[in-house]
Amino acid sequence: MITDVLLFIIFFVLLLLMAWPLGKYMAKVYSGERTMLDTIFLPIERTLYRLTGIDAAQEMDWRQYAGGLLIFNIVGLAAVMVIQELQPILPWNPEGMASVPWDLAFNTAASFMTNTNWQAYSGETTMSYFTQMTALTVQNFFSAATGMAAAVALVRGLVRKNTKHIGNFWSDMVRSIIWILLPLSIVVSMVFVQQGVIQNLSPYMTVDTLEGGRQTIAMGPAASQEAIKLLGTNGGGYFNANSAHPFENPTPFTNLVQALSIFLIPSAMVFMFGNMVKDRRQGYAIMAAMLLLFSVSLGGLYASELYGNPIAEHMGVSEPANMEGKDMRFGINGSALFAAVTTAASCGAVNTMHDSLTPLGGMITMLQMMLGEVVIGGVGAGLYGMMMFVLLTVFVVGLMVGRSPEYLGKKIEAKEMKMAIIAILIPAVTVLFGSAVSVTADAGLAGINNVGPHGLSEILYAFASGAGNNGSAFAGLSANTLYYNLMTAAAMLIGRFGVIIPVLVIAGSLAKKRVSSPGPGTFPTTGPLFVLLLAGIVVMVGALTFLPALSLGPIIEHLLMLQGVTF
Amino acid sequence: MMWKQIISVLRLLILLTVITGIVYPLAVTGAAQTLFSEQANGSLVYIHDKPAGSSLLGQNFTTAVYFHGRPSSAGAEGYDAAGSAGSNLGPTSKKLEDALKSNIEKIRNEDQIAESFPIPSDFVMASASGLDPDISPESAYLQIQRIASERGIGENEIRELITSHIQSRQFGFLGTDRINVLALNMALDRLAGK
Repeated sequence: MITDVLLFIIFFVLLLLMAWPLGKYMAKVYSGERTMLDTIFLPIERTLYRLTGIDAAQEMDWRQYAGGLLIFNIVGLAAVMVIQELQPILPWNPEGMASVPWDLAFNTAASFMTNTNWQAYSGETTMSYFTQMTALTVQNFFSAATGMAAAVALVRGLVRKNTKHIGNFWSDMVRSIIWILLPLSIVVSMVFVQQGVIQNLSPYMTVDTLEGGRQTIAMGPAASQEAIKLLGTNGGGYFNANSAHPFENPTPFTNLVQALSIFLIPSAMVFMFGNMVKDRRQGYAIMAAMLLLFSVSLGGLYASELYGNPIAEHMGVSEPANMEGKDMRFGINGSALFAAVTTAASCGAVNTMHDSLTPLGGMITMLQMMLGEVVIGGVGAGLYGMMMFVLLTVFVVGLMVGRSPEYLGKKIEAKEMKMAIIAILIPAVTVLFGSAVSVTADAGLAGINNVGPHGLSEILYAFASGAGNNGSAFAGLSANTLYYNLMTAAAMLIGRFGVIIPVLVIAGSLAKKRVSSPGPGTFPTTGPLFVLLLAGIVVMVGALTFLPALSLGPIIEHLLMLQGVTF
Repeated sequence: MMWKQIISVLRLLILLTVITGIVYPLAVTGAAQTLFSEQANGSLVYIHDKPAGSSLLGQNFTTAVYFHGRPSSAGAEGYDAAGSAGSNLGPTSKKLEDALKSNIEKIRNEDQIAESFPIPSDFVMASASGLDPDISPESAYLQIQRIASERGIGENEIRELITSHIQSRQFGFLGTDRINVLALNMALDRLAGK
């Protein structure tokens, strides 16, 4: 127990120690200031633009920025679909994987393009090495870079004044990949390989086991995909069991590195924000609100898993009875930490089968996604998502004191508030609507693995994960059906672009405004009061929206579990 | 204008795909194969120079002469290393209750465990990956009597073998104490002079 808490504390300390300097570096990268690595990366960047004819110096207004972002994502979606269909005739397919059925291919393409990485397929039985590398690994980079670009554009909207320009999408996206994601991925993937993550192009291997049986061992370039899967908060596992698979996450140490990798860039973006607005305390305040919410989640999840399953204990399993769906090497601490991190950060990698978590533990993972993926959140997505709640907070405060709300000297007016509310409500409505349709449709109910209240949880989780662009699952749900492939793909697309577009509208609108200097009536957005208000508003919006649904799923399941009821 | 822009985007997409989807994974593969070739190729273990599995992946052990691992949901037989999976059964699932009941009963029979003695949860509950190579030390100690009588080795010797195979928490605070079942069984074979 004490060592478990020690692990959590060390995690926080290491995270802040790494995210702080990275945030400073990222602020330089996006502002075009000199960095140490320019000598290597600048020539690559210049070559890219020369070969493509893209003008990355040209400033864009929000419409042009959104246009570039959408074109890039749509073309990317098409490419992922085409590669999956053509994988039998493409190279690096030693296991002879067939074309992926169209609905599954579409679901996978939408999933990886939106940074969700929901996986209705099982990696080792569906995708060739070529597909894993050139379609899935690539979108891990692209979708992460897309989110980072959108967040940077929003920050520019806050910083700039009297202009309609919010930067250049191509420049922000390319710099995200070349300056940030790629170098970090190379370092992290080598750490993984050293610890035992595989990285080869060999065919699957069949061995005679010690007892005289046979075991076929899946192979492939896992480490390179693993690194960006976590750093980009993508979460799509190379293998079906994701980060529970010993070839993806072989040791307790890699488990810690994985959890840190997930939080690293989204946390650094908050510090980057502080640097770019030239007031680091603004970043610290947002970070504090995020970490406050996260600490509560982590504590609750860990306590619930430590408590375990009393039904199993009554049957003669020693306490705590909680190892279903967990691997030994991570322990309860490493499993709870990972589950809390991956759902807070819209990553969606799992080292634990969330379907088998205790009801309240499972509820916390779900709730973090339902809050809008703003507790740290995805790369970029966490920052711009939280900014929507920041606007809502200063608006509510403005109403309370009877003063027109402002943030960082910018007046927050009807247009920004409308867009912020749209960005907050779209994912929420998608979750509830998708779940409601699915529990009334035969095609929706057909996928359930666990009956009783847990069945509702499986469906709720699927849509929370899709709309929140998380990608983890209560994986008992048979999600690879025409119905769920199309429904979850729709949820992912709406949950992604239904937020990004309003965010860019706000960015454009804020950039046009003038900056007024703070007066005596200005509400300070750096103090503990603001931190508590922000965290409170996030919880309140989430709780009001989802409490009824959660009562019918995990909460009632918890009460029934205490009485020993099974379904 | 629009058309020209799409061509530019396509070019950029292809170039970035080459960088992130081909150059990056192949460069990492090259470096991994050079620096850490053993790990990059699956940390294989050999018996008489023939690969017999991976030290990171659990194997099926069902006969009485070997230490048994955790229940596995990977593949029909369990421990399918080309089909990793967990059970995905929730805490109030009847299927889970039934599985636990039969696992507990089987262990109580095989290892002659009294009804009053609780069974460690890792030993009856399915792992996340279905390929968990480890069990808790408690689950290994539970099997001493069976292994000793099947192998004709003293119980104390078996106990010492288990204790010497405990992997403690990494750096003192990461994970949990555990025992690699494949490594333990290979050591058991060596001890038995097989």
